[in-house]
Amino acid sequence: MSQDILVAGNIEVAFGGGRRLFGSARPEVKVLRGVSVRIGRGETVGIVGESGSGKTTLGRALLRLVDVATGRIVFDGADITHISETEMRPLRRRMQLIFQDPMASLNPRHTIRRIVTEPMRFHGVAKDSADAETRVLEIFERFSLAVACLDRYPHELSGGQRQRIGIARVALLAPDFVLADEIVSGLDVSTQAQALNLLKGLSRDLGLSMAFISHDLSVIRAVCDRVYVLNAGEVVEEGACEALFANPRHPYTRALIDAIPLPRVDPNWLGRAAATEILA
Amino acid sequence: MADASRRARRWDGLRACLGDPKVVAGGGFVVLLIILALGAPWIAPSDPLEQDIILGATPPAWIVGAEPGHWLGTDDLGRDALSRVIYGSRIALTVAFVASTLAAVLGSGLGLIAGWRRGWVDATISRFVEIWMAFPPVLLSILLVAVVGAGVGSVIAAITLIDWTRFCRVVRAETMTQASADYVTAARAIGFSRSRILAREIFPNVLPVLIALVSLEMGIAVIVEAILSFVGLSVSSDTPTWGGMIAQGRQLMHQGWWILAAPLTMLFLTVLAFNLLGEGLRRALDPVMRR
Amino acid sequence: MSLAVLAISGLGVVSDRDATPILRDISLRVASGETLGLVGESGAGKSTIGKAILGILPRTVQVTSGEIRFEGRDLLTFPAAARRRLISERVALIPQDPMTALNPGRRIEGQLTDGLRLWRGLDAQAARHIALRLLAEVHIRDPERVLRSFPHQLSGGMRQRVLIAAAFALEPTLIIADEPTTALDVTVQKQILRLIRNMQHAHGTAVIFVSHDLGVVAQICDHVTLLYAGRIVEQGATAEMLEAPKHAYTRALIEACPRYDRPDAGLRPVPEEILAQLRAEAAAP
Repeated sequence: MSQDILVAGNIEVAFGGGRRLFGSARPEVKVLRGVSVRIGRGETVGIVGESGSGKTTLGRALLRLVDVATGRIVFDGADITHISETEMRPLRRRMQLIFQDPMASLNPRHTIRRIVTEPMRFHGVAKDSADAETRVLEIFERFSLAVACLDRYPHELSGGQRQRIGIARVALLAPDFVLADEIVSGLDVSTQAQALNLLKGLSRDLGLSMAFISHDLSVIRAVCDRVYVLNAGEVVEEGACEALFANPRHPYTRALIDAIPLPRVDPNWLGRAAATEILA
Repeated sequence: MADASRRARRWDGLRACLGDPKVVAGGGFVVLLIILALGAPWIAPSDPLEQDIILGATPPAWIVGAEPGHWLGTDDLGRDALSRVIYGSRIALTVAFVASTLAAVLGSGLGLIAGWRRGWVDATISRFVEIWMAFPPVLLSILLVAVVGAGVGSVIAAITLIDWTRFCRVVRAETMTQASADYVTAARAIGFSRSRILAREIFPNVLPVLIALVSLEMGIAVIVEAILSFVGLSVSSDTPTWGGMIAQGRQLMHQGWWILAAPLTMLFLTVLAFNLLGEGLRRALDPVMRR
Repeated sequence: MSLAVLAISGLGVVSDRDATPILRDISLRVASGETLGLVGESGAGKSTIGKAILGILPRTVQVTSGEIRFEGRDLLTFPAAARRRLISERVALIPQDPMTALNPGRRIEGQLTDGLRLWRGLDAQAARHIALRLLAEVHIRDPERVLRSFPHQLSGGMRQRVLIAAAFALEPTLIIADEPTTALDVTVQKQILRLIRNMQHAHGTAVIFVSHDLGVVAQICDHVTLLYAGRIVEQGATAEMLEAPKHAYTRALIEACPRYDRPDAGLRPVPEEILAQLRAEAAAP
C-alpha cells in the first residue's frame, strides 16, 4: 500500500477551446499547467494561491469534477484520470468536498435532515432511516448543532451552523480524503477558529487525509503539514510548513508572506515592498 | 421522530396556503368558477340557448322598470345573460387548465433538458425554439382551426403550440442558473446520477418560477380563448363563451350595456384571480420565501 | 490634542421592528490626519455606525440618543436636506465591494466626475481634468484608458483604486472606509492599504476604517474601537490595545487570529463565558 492517498502528476486543465459552429476556433484558457501534487495518508496538505491561481480548479480536478486535458490522477493506487462516471460513483464516497459558501452548497429547498442523510442512504453507509438518524444525532452532538436544525431549511440557520452542517454532511460518509475549499474565508475569526478546530479533531479521529485550499497563509499554517504555493496555474514552491515559512525561496512566496498583516503593530510593514510587486 | 416531523411538514404547506390572503382570494374565486362550471346545469337559472325574441335585450332585473327573472338581463335573442356567463366559464376554465398544463409540460420539459445538458442538445432545442417563435401565432391559430375544425380542442392546441416556447426559454434560463450553483457540484461530488440531480436537486428550485408562469399562462389562455371566440375562430357560435358574448355586446352596445359588461367583468376577475393565486402559491409553497 | 473632525457621544440606535438595541452608548472621536479602526465581528454594529454618520440608516432603524458632531456641529439636529448636502461634500465612503459599488452600465469617467460636476459646478472638461489627476494619484498607469473603460474591464484592484480616487475627489475631511480590502487578494490589499494611508497623509483627511481583520487594523490604524453586540468593549491606541489588552474579549480575539509565524495560533475560539458575559452586559438596562 503506497504512502500516498492521492497523487496528481503533471495535470493540465484548459477551458474554452473547440470550434464554433461555422469554423473559427474559440480561444482556450489554460488554468492549470503541469501541476503535480501528492497527498499522503493522514496528511493535511495546503494549497495556497490568490484569485486566478487555479487552486479551486485543482481541487475540482483532483475529485474528477473537472476533466483534465493531460496528466494522471491516482487515488489509493488506482488510476482514475479517465474512468467513467459509473466507475467513479463508488469511489466518490471516499473522496469528498467541503465548500466555501455553505449557503450556496446546501440545496435551499431541502431540509437539513434530507441534506445530511440522503448521501449516507445513497452510499449504503446507513442501513435504514433509523440508522441514519442515529448517526446524524451523534455527529450533531459532537459538532454542537441543535437537533432542531434538522427540520429547518438552510436559510433559517446562521452562517456558522451552515458551515458545520457542510462539514457534517461529509464526515457522515466516513471518506478517506477530504478537499476543503476555502471553508473559512469570510468567517469571523472566532467562528473560523471553531471550524478549524472541528476539522483538525475530525481529521485526527477519522484518520482523514486532507487538501486544504486557501488564500490565507496564516490559516494554512494553523492546520497544514505541507503546503503547495500556486501562481498562474503552476506550483512555484512546495514544502513542509515550518521550513517554507521560515525560509521562503520563490519571490512570489516571499511576496505572499510579506503581504500578510499580523495583529501586532509593525511600523515598517506598510513601507516594505517585497521583491515582486505587480501593480494591478 | 423523523417521520412525525415529515408528516407535520406536509401539512405546513397546506396551512401556509390557506393562511395567505392572495391564495384565499384568488383561489377562492377559481373554486367558485369551478363550482359554476361543473354545476352550471343546476345553478344557471335558464337554458343558455333558449331564445325568447319578445324579451330580447331586456336590462338586468335590478334596474328599475325591467322584466323580473333575468338578473343580468338578456341579449338581443332573449337569451339569459347570467346563464350564458355561467356556462361560458366551462369553456374558459377548460381552456385555461388544459392548455396551460400542456404548454407547461412540453415547454419546461424541453427547457430543463436544454438547460441541464447544454452542448448540442441545448443548441438544437434553442434553435428549434427560435425558428418556432418566428411563426406568426394568429396565422397558426387560423391554420389549426381550418385543418382541425372549430372547437375547444383546436383552441387548446393553438394556445399550447404557441405558448410552450415561453416556458421553454424561462425554464431553460432558470435551470442554467441553478446548475451553476455549488449545491449541484455537491450533489455531483456525492455521486448522484445526472438525471437524479436534475429531478431532485434542480427541479425543486425551478418550481417557483414555473408556478408563477403557469398561473400567468392560465390568465393568458382565458384571454386568448376570448379573442379567438371574439373573431369566431373558437367553438360554434351557439355555445356560450365570454369572448362571443363580448363580440355580441360590442355590436349591441347602444341597446344594452349589460350584454358587454357581464362577460367583460368575468374575464377581468378570472385573470386577476389566476394571477393572485399564482403569486400567493409561489410564496406559500416556497420554503425559502416562507417566513 | 488636535481638533476632532468627528466626535460621537452616547449614540444609541434601536430597531423599530422589535425594539432591540443595535448600538448602545457609542462614543468615539477622530482627529484630522488620524485613522480610527472600528473592529468587531459581523453583527457587532460597525457598519451601522458608518451608516449613522452618513445618514443612510435603513428606515426600520432609529437613532434614539446621543450626538454625532461633525466639525463641531451635531448632524442629528440638521434638517435632512442640509445634512445630505453637508455629508455629500465633506464625507466620503470607500465601499467594501468594488464589483458592485460601480455601475456596470456606465463608463468610469461619468462615475468619477459625478460628484465634481454636481457639488463643484464644474463642466465636463474641468471635471475630466481633475479625474485624470486623481487617477494618476492612485498610481493608475493609463488614466485615459481607464476613464473610457467600463468597470468589468478592470481588475478588482484597479476598481478599488478608482473608488479611492472617487472618495478623495471632493477633498473630504472625513472618509469612511467600509472593509475596503476584504474582497481583494492579499498582495493587492497591501498596495491598497498603503495607498489609502499615503493619500490620507497627503490630504490630511481623517479616516474611519471598518474591518473585522485585526491584522489590517494593526498596521494602518492609530486608534482602535472594538465592538461587540453594539457596545464598545475596549478603545485606545492601537499599539497599547494589541500589546496589553485590558478586556478579556480583546485578549481572546487576538489569540483567535491565525498567524503564519505561530503554528498554534488561530485555533482557540473566544470562550463562550466571555461572550455570555458580554451579552448579559448588553441586555442590562
